Amino acid sequence: MMDLRTERRLKNRLALGVSLLAMAFGLFWLIWILATTLHLGLAGLSLQLFTHMTPPPGSSEGGLANAIAGSLILVGMATALGTPVGIMAGIYLAEFGRHTWLGHTTRFVNDLLLSAPSIIAGLFIYEIYVAKVGHFSAISGVFALALIVVPVVVRTTENMLQLVPNTMREAAFALGAPKWVVIGRVTLKASLAGVMTGIMLAVARISGETAPLLFTSLSNQFWTLDLQKPMASLPVTIFKFAMSPFQDWQQLAWAGVFLITMGVLALNILARVMFREKHKQ
Amino acid sequence: MHGSQTDQETQIVLRGFNFYYGKYHALRNINLDIYKRKVTAFIGPSGCGKSTLLRTMNRMYDLYPEQRAEGELLLGGTNILDRGMDINSLRARVGMVFQKPTPFPMSIFDNIAFGVKLHERLTRVQMEERVEWSLRKAALWTEVSDKLHQSGMSLSGGQQQRLCIARGIAVKPEVLLLDEPTSALDPISTMRIEELVSELKDEFTIVIVTHNMQQAARISDYTAYMYLGELIEYGHTDDIFIKPKDKRTEDYITGRFG
Repeated sequence: MMDLRTERRLKNRLALGVSLLAMAFGLFWLIWILATTLHLGLAGLSLQLFTHMTPPPGSSEGGLANAIAGSLILVGMATALGTPVGIMAGIYLAEFGRHTWLGHTTRFVNDLLLSAPSIIAGLFIYEIYVAKVGHFSAISGVFALALIVVPVVVRTTENMLQLVPNTMREAAFALGAPKWVVIGRVTLKASLAGVMTGIMLAVARISGETAPLLFTSLSNQFWTLDLQKPMASLPVTIFKFAMSPFQDWQQLAWAGVFLITMGVLALNILARVMFREKHKQ
Repeated sequence: MHGSQTDQETQIVLRGFNFYYGKYHALRNINLDIYKRKVTAFIGPSGCGKSTLLRTMNRMYDLYPEQRAEGELLLGGTNILDRGMDINSLRARVGMVFQKPTPFPMSIFDNIAFGVKLHERLTRVQMEERVEWSLRKAALWTEVSDKLHQSGMSLSGGQQQRLCIARGIAVKPEVLLLDEPTSALDPISTMRIEELVSELKDEFTIVIVTHNMQQAARISDYTAYMYLGELIEYGHTDDIFIKPKDKRTEDYITGRFG
């Protein structure tokens, strides 16, 4: 019979060891991915990347300017379109429809949307919009990406609002505040950090989405700001260039991967710093 | 039951009052007079209905559709249970402080201005005066006067609770409901809140729910002992603690039960 204390200490060491191993396993791949991105991406980094259009194969000059602008426009507009819808629906689920039939159904459908493959969003917009107007367009890409933003924001907004203690709501009601003031000025404010994190998650997610754009905004070799025309984007350009046999295209693809990764990272850091300042005031 | 208190002016009057959580009959036929500018304490074992009773006085139960009240609950002569009652202006007249401090995620100044803005239009200067007035009343001014724009959540637990009291009185209510306001606080903070209650009763009618019988004895003028949803005994605090008329009250306050 082993001493009880020794047995516990052994069990503790075993559990700790397994956890550390799992963490190391996960981190190993993550660091490898980041290292590859840095290594291959940095090599392709130059001023040209931001000033020149995507080149034809074999040309020595060329950048990703049209794809960078396109990605910024698509992601920015999709976030601006999807976020308010997502926050409003999240507020409904957490503050009004918590135990109603409509609330349960909406939550269930939202969970389905959340886990649905993103290509479905592309196909859906293709079917109801692109096929009807008869051509690919940036705006259809915005719609497809917004469809991906909504469920992410709904879920995080609802979860974060549910974390606000009910006593805080009661305290606001007890001062004679109407419900919209309680939500707008107290509960939403208390969960601001979480809601912002949800938006960041959504931005990070759609920044790298390729599949929904293949059926909607497609790609464009040239510079365009016209939402009715096909528009280049980083993920689709990476997809196209990385699969090509041309060395210079592959190099540009890696540079694009680097840009997306760094962009999402910078946005996250910025949001955190900005929020921290606000919270302290 | 109401014998010797007839010389006092009443603030809240309950007659044939009943309360239900769904089908559960939580409060049975309560008749009670709460006197103006006095401290009234509700005591009794857990689950006896004292918090439930307190929460009917600002219709807090309205937030929960399965809860309902019947009978008369008169505030200054009007039955606040009436369907046409304006709940938000009722809550401006009847403030409430909860067991756990509940500062809002905003500055100390905004925490107090929040309630005032809902009911009054004040200039910036008037608002600053009101904030100072209520913080002084809540004995918090000297501790926070130089950091009014820091988050209310950065204060200690006892300070947070006094901030909540300041927030409640800033609206200038007639009645202040305190739901176990010191049960989450340390002894020193508790003492400060108790001193505060004694000062505030010059201007406000105070109703306090407490688990601490010494606290009820120390700070209240009237005490109501409740048990299993019924009001067992009500009277001057001294009478309740020194010569209770009901055997059940005596058992509870002497610690033989509860």
